[in-house]
Amino acid sequence: MTDLLQVAGLNVSFPSRDGPVRVVRDVTFNLGRERLGIVGESGSGKSQTGRAILGLTPGSGTMTADRLTFDGIDLRQASVKTWRTLRGPRMSMIMQDPKYSLNPVMKVGLQIVEAYRRRGDATRADGRDRAIAMLEAVQIRDPERVFRAYPHELSGGMGQRAMIAMMLIAEPDLLIADEVTSALDVTVQLDVLRILDDLVRDRGMGLIFISHDLRLVSSFCDRVLVMYAGRVVEEIAASDLHHAQHPYTQGLLNCLPQIDGARGPLQTLTRDTAWLA
Amino acid sequence: MSALIEVRNLAVTFGSGRSHVQAVRNVSFDVAQGQSFGLVGESGSGKSTILRAICGLAPISAGTVHIGGQPVRSPRDPAFYRQVQMVFQDPYGSIHPRHTIDRVLSEPLAIHGFKDAEARIEKALQDVGLGHGFRFRYPHQLSGGQRQRVAIARALILEPQILLLDEPTSALDASIQAEVLNLLDALRVEKKLTYLLVSHDLAVVAHMCDQLLIMQYGTKVEELTRDALQRRAATQRYTQQLLVASEGFKGP
Repeated sequence: MTDLLQVAGLNVSFPSRDGPVRVVRDVTFNLGRERLGIVGESGSGKSQTGRAILGLTPGSGTMTADRLTFDGIDLRQASVKTWRTLRGPRMSMIMQDPKYSLNPVMKVGLQIVEAYRRRGDATRADGRDRAIAMLEAVQIRDPERVFRAYPHELSGGMGQRAMIAMMLIAEPDLLIADEVTSALDVTVQLDVLRILDDLVRDRGMGLIFISHDLRLVSSFCDRVLVMYAGRVVEEIAASDLHHAQHPYTQGLLNCLPQIDGARGPLQTLTRDTAWLA
Repeated sequence: MSALIEVRNLAVTFGSGRSHVQAVRNVSFDVAQGQSFGLVGESGSGKSTILRAICGLAPISAGTVHIGGQPVRSPRDPAFYRQVQMVFQDPYGSIHPRHTIDRVLSEPLAIHGFKDAEARIEKALQDVGLGHGFRFRYPHQLSGGQRQRVAIARALILEPQILLLDEPTSALDASIQAEVLNLLDALRVEKKLTYLLVSHDLAVVAHMCDQLLIMQYGTKVEELTRDALQRRAATQRYTQQLLVASEGFKGP
């Protein structure tokens, strides 16, 4: 079986006064039709990795890779036209912050319908029903109201769910979810994960799940990449996470408070620049 | 001994007519001196509104709030704010972006007429683990964790007895969260503070608080001690759901 996505030697850097800053360093991984988690602190390059795969590295940055293929298509040389057929219908990304990622002057429902119609085979009347059904699927209690609302009329959690509905309605082959559940309540978080889980299971979608919550990732994903300062320091099966070798992975695990934890101070992370060698 | 914070049948309503919202309905609880008390619930459950009602940022529609045996006055007087201070959720939004940390910290001192501003600012920065070097920086020159430390310093600079903490770590990375929680814990012991902590994260509350109140749709679901929570002795279905949900994802 060939992998859905192959990434080798991916680098992203941004210019600065003191020379280029390398935010993603030599990242290599393959993704099949599975759930891959990318974990790290803010600034570890996990979002930039996701953006680079979709060709969304900001204009000021430079992206280079030895290999970057999606379903046999070389993304490094992809034309604007190719990207249009890929982004949305075949691969998409749910961004972190619904406040900045939804169009503020367009009603939420129409944005979802627009995403659906990008698939090509959709009709206008069908779109509305599908959008409402999708909003229901992401556990929005009053989908008719949300359909007619502007993004500023929704709470953060609702906006996030509307974003998720918009990305899932096109049923892409590859979905990059960037901190999608961080802003949600725990019970809603599980509902959203269940929707993603169903898509991976039933439709064979590939999922890259970016998060800083190591415990959540370990309970949801099959495999986890742990990133530190742009480099993948450890790749580990989620079930083996508690036997993680790298001190950074262990630190990320131990700094979380636990319901059954002792009262004493929490462990804090120690960082070592030698890990970048 | 009477409780330091006494909330009785508190109700908060916003708007009128069609847009009438009952954010908090008939909630009562007591927080003893030196205790750390947690309010847990999902977004929209009214937990933050309770904090805002206590410190005068939201209207009290019914019920009473007593601090140290005295009913709170509306509008709150300066003496109230010397006793009760609040730390907000978002350190990116709660600090003036064009004021230096020095100015952020000197403002409360000026309002309350403290004379020894210089010494107090230095002391407050020391207390939260930021050295002198941070004093004349702007907020954009600090990381999220450092900004939240500034917000804590600003609250502590008036030497209050009570800190109202509204999701103090939810905007921070897990690793930074651990540092801020440790700091809050140490400060509580050192300065004999009383905390009222709001969080959606059951694990954070279980770590920080001796007693907690679970809320849903503006009402109290149940009140538990930490021991009861750890024994999973929740009696209400909603609390049990939260406990299950906090264990992470389980496949079908």
